[in-house]
Amino acid sequence: MVKVAMFPPNSLILADLIERKGHEPLALQKAVRKKVVDPEIDSPPMNITEEDPIKGLKYAAIEVPSGVRGRMSIIGPLIDEAEAAIIVEDAPFGFGCIGCARTNELSTYYLRRRGVPTLELVYPKTKEETTDMVNKINTFLDSLPKSEEENNG
Amino acid sequence: MVKIALISCGTEYSGIQKEIEKAANTFGSEIVIPEIDLEYIDEATKKFGFSAQSSSLRLMIARAMSIVEGKSKTDAVFIATCFRCAEGALVRNEVRRFIQENTRIPVVTYSFTERTKADELFIRMEALTTTVARRSILAREKQEGLTLGIDSGSTTTKVVVMENNSIIGAGWTSTKDIMGSVDTAAKDAFEGTGYSMDDVDGIGTTGYGRLTIGKNLKADLIQEELSVNAKGAVYLAGHQKGEATVLDIGGMDNKVITVNDGIPDNFTMGGICAGASGRFLDMTARRLDVDITELGPLAINGNYQNAVLNSYCIVFGIQDLVTTLAAGGSKEDVAAAACHSVAEQVYEQQLQEIDIREPLIQVGGTSLISGLVKAVSETLGGIDVIVPEHSQHIGAVGAALLVSGMGKRRSHEL
Repeated sequence: MVKVAMFPPNSLILADLIERKGHEPLALQKAVRKKVVDPEIDSPPMNITEEDPIKGLKYAAIEVPSGVRGRMSIIGPLIDEAEAAIIVEDAPFGFGCIGCARTNELSTYYLRRRGVPTLELVYPKTKEETTDMVNKINTFLDSLPKSEEENNG
Repeated sequence: MVKIALISCGTEYSGIQKEIEKAANTFGSEIVIPEIDLEYIDEATKKFGFSAQSSSLRLMIARAMSIVEGKSKTDAVFIATCFRCAEGALVRNEVRRFIQENTRIPVVTYSFTERTKADELFIRMEALTTTVARRSILAREKQEGLTLGIDSGSTTTKVVVMENNSIIGAGWTSTKDIMGSVDTAAKDAFEGTGYSMDDVDGIGTTGYGRLTIGKNLKADLIQEELSVNAKGAVYLAGHQKGEATVLDIGGMDNKVITVNDGIPDNFTMGGICAGASGRFLDMTARRLDVDITELGPLAINGNYQNAVLNSYCIVFGIQDLVTTLAAGGSKEDVAAAACHSVAEQVYEQQLQEIDIREPLIQVGGTSLISGLVKAVSETLGGIDVIVPEHSQHIGAVGAALLVSGMGKRRSHEL
């Protein structure tokens, strides 16, 4: 079982495919949930405070707008944890979206730089392409180590 | 002639191309643009992995790739993007890192506006040119022999005597008459060492008065403060390899320098408002009727949130602090609020222009105010801040280190 980062990081479809193959999806929702259930913070809706964009400095220079750094403060640690990654480009809103082109550019760049096994796909436009994409994802996930022993071995 | 490759997304559209070339020419360098084929742009950007939407940024990436792959020859790189462009800032930083990780070519970055003039670029171009021409000197990691470093700052003059990689004497005085201040500080620095000016192997000068002092004392090294302070900071912090940021909150101006392997690649300098300088802390100490050396420990024990401070201004901010004291607020809370105010303002005015790389090495006289160091760390999200020993003499130490091995003073006399 390996930790698989996704792009878009909040894609329910990708998270589901990863989980079905016995891996752990590094989903944005889980990271946001941690912040939302934290009773010490009161900054609705996601409990992101002015401190978070400052934490995002680890991933983007201070000249980069706060929205990008705020997003990176949540997405960046997920990328740091990744042992594998799946990137789907040109996806529509419904597939998953973080609403910021600059964050998209930076997070896909960091995923590529991680040097972990990465599958890159373009969002399908036809039924055949969709089947092909799911097959490619499944094959990729099957190729990743399943257990701790395999991981080490 | 030193060739500096310009990697930018549109200096010509901002009307500053001429200024960049003028700045480079002033220091005997020439601006070159890496030539690449159109097909190479897609190939290079794919290899790089950053899918920039702006095609000029893709061109920037391709030009950087051509340098890394040896297709374009250059001695140094100047990377510039427009100030406040988010995509530009992302690409500028990643391209800078890419070149530094894959080559030994010195890089300086800059975010420009249409008001950027050649003089603002002088210190960067000078640093870039000297980095190429004096690479072997900047690579020096150990001080040898007996050397003297002089840092003639706008407020204070610092002199350091070093022998065999140790600081054996240091002097400090406020800058009045340039040469007179050097004499005073040097006298203190030599005291108890058993040496005098005639014994040193080499003299290095830096700071505003470096040229005058260098000429008068026939210095072996006269170097701008950017390279010297960066070198001094990483040397004293024991962090000569890898990335770091050097922060100097001065009495009149503030400097932030980012370094890679001890060589500066970007910096920002400000000094428009006294509220963002050491002067604000000096005024606060006077108001609290404590010595400036006591302000830091006081601030450490205070809580800035307990003091009302509605203004960053040195006049109105101090008034707010007085009001807090009048209302029964503690000296500790007021000291903490003053430190927090300076740190926050330096962050908002200057650190916004630069990518902060850990660790942050805080230097200069204000780095001895522990409350300010704590406030800087907190303002930057709790990052690691190092204050090395002798942090107030950073420029003089850098000059003494860099001149080591260059000076032939004693051998000439012999």
